[in-house]
Amino acid sequence: MRELLLPLLYLLAAAGFILALKWMSSPATARRGVFAGEIGMLLAVVGTLLRFEVVEYQWILIAFFLGSAIGVPLAYLMPMTAVPQRTAISHAFGALASALIGTAEYYRHTPDQITMVALALEILLGFLTFTASLMAFGKLQEILPTRPITYKGQNIVNLFVFALAFVSAIALIVSPEHTWLFPIFAGLSLLFGILLIVPIGGADMPTVIALLNSYAGLSACAMGFALNNKLLIVAGALDGSSGFILAVIMCKAMNRSFSNVLFGAFGQLQTTTAKATERPVRSAVAEEAAYLLESARSVIIIPGYGMAVAQAQHKLRELADALAKRGVDVRFAIHPVAGRMPGHMNVLLAEADVPYDKLVEMEEINPDFPMTDVALVIGANDVVNPAAKNDSTSPIAGMPILHAYRARTVMVIKRSMNPGFAGIDNDLYYMENTLMLFGDAKAFVGDIIKELSSAARVA
Amino acid sequence: MKEYESGLWIFMLAAFLGFQLIRGVSPLLHTPLMSLTNAISAIAVVGAILITGEKDAPPLSKALGFIAVTASTINLVSGYLITDRMLKMFKKRGGERQT
Repeated sequence: MRELLLPLLYLLAAAGFILALKWMSSPATARRGVFAGEIGMLLAVVGTLLRFEVVEYQWILIAFFLGSAIGVPLAYLMPMTAVPQRTAISHAFGALASALIGTAEYYRHTPDQITMVALALEILLGFLTFTASLMAFGKLQEILPTRPITYKGQNIVNLFVFALAFVSAIALIVSPEHTWLFPIFAGLSLLFGILLIVPIGGADMPTVIALLNSYAGLSACAMGFALNNKLLIVAGALDGSSGFILAVIMCKAMNRSFSNVLFGAFGQLQTTTAKATERPVRSAVAEEAAYLLESARSVIIIPGYGMAVAQAQHKLRELADALAKRGVDVRFAIHPVAGRMPGHMNVLLAEADVPYDKLVEMEEINPDFPMTDVALVIGANDVVNPAAKNDSTSPIAGMPILHAYRARTVMVIKRSMNPGFAGIDNDLYYMENTLMLFGDAKAFVGDIIKELSSAARVA
Repeated sequence: MKEYESGLWIFMLAAFLGFQLIRGVSPLLHTPLMSLTNAISAIAVVGAILITGEKDAPPLSKALGFIAVTASTINLVSGYLITDRMLKMFKKRGGERQT
């Protein structure tokens, strides 16, 4: 009876995961998708606990309890601005689990060669994703320096370490009984994960996080091959393709290739050119900004990572509401790589109760900029830099940008004239129709709101 | 058909299915999508349970399996919960909550 029932549970679990992804296509059905995913996972866990091989439960139950005790607060107490870090750390957990299972499998009984191929992949991807995700977490949490760290011959060192890991994997596959090789292989995989992230800067995090998401999935998939478990193969393949597609979308949104993101070390050479010329800018105070916004018919707000840092999303929503009350059409323009992970801005603005039909994608909103009275840039830099279009020598040349510079008036809220994350000067700031609003994003938006309400009282 | 061969077939089909499904996801939801796939990749818990619960498993397997079950459970629980928490925040104009 059990032999007949258990494969069915796995089959239904896989169907649940597929439905979960399918229903993620629209916000209206997305929560149903999460539910389908939960059911799928429940079936998978029950189906596994009931298997004949599983006889000792006490450690499993303790681990369930411990994991839930950590996981529940992690989910509810995590502020939305920290979602990129949380994602990075959970990639680390997932990859660690997969690598450790592979390790245990290897030592349990010397595997045959075909199984060893799967195990080697599982362990390589698992361990490298584990350390790489920890590094990404450190950079996002700003425990580690967020600027890319480069040194001479870095790519050669990385390539060498990877080649060594690869060779040791091949050696293990040829003769799996050489157990002394295993710790070396595992160590090299761990090391490679660290080296991979060292040269990566914050602006490239969306791509890297998506790529790590893919690796974690593929590692689980390889485990499916090692354990001959179809459910793991399906779930792992779904995750792997998901992360991969997101990474491709992020790369396209920066007009860069995978290898360029991983080995290009963005934002290094520009430090020399950044302070080449001191050009005049026009700045304005909150009162002028409030006046311009109030008399506008249409306003597009362009948020970037700076908005997340300043936690300005709630104030921004208040501003949008205040303007909307005065009949101004306010929308938000979302660049695909704004923030530190795919979709980062959408989640923050949704948290601040901005309705999602006000969040407009780049291709859709770009034609509207010439008809827009005010483009308000808040904490974004490279995604509105016209150099991407005009200057073929710029490091961000060819990157699709939001056409903020075409708006009648551009306002940029910025703390100072320091160049942004990629370290590239932005011509937008020096344009005639640009007003620089110097100050903390949250405080400045608050000031504009105050000005708006006091102006209303006068009128 | 060898085991690994049928596995590869399944992998190929699932990967293409994944590509199709993810292409359909609105960029609006890319962050919750990533935390959802993260929760799904906690399916590694299946392998972890098998290792940990095996009869007379050696101490090394038990220890590694125990860590793996814990790590996957953290992902599983927090992944689904935070995805739902995020999705609850996405509202259309008018402010009605999604159900």
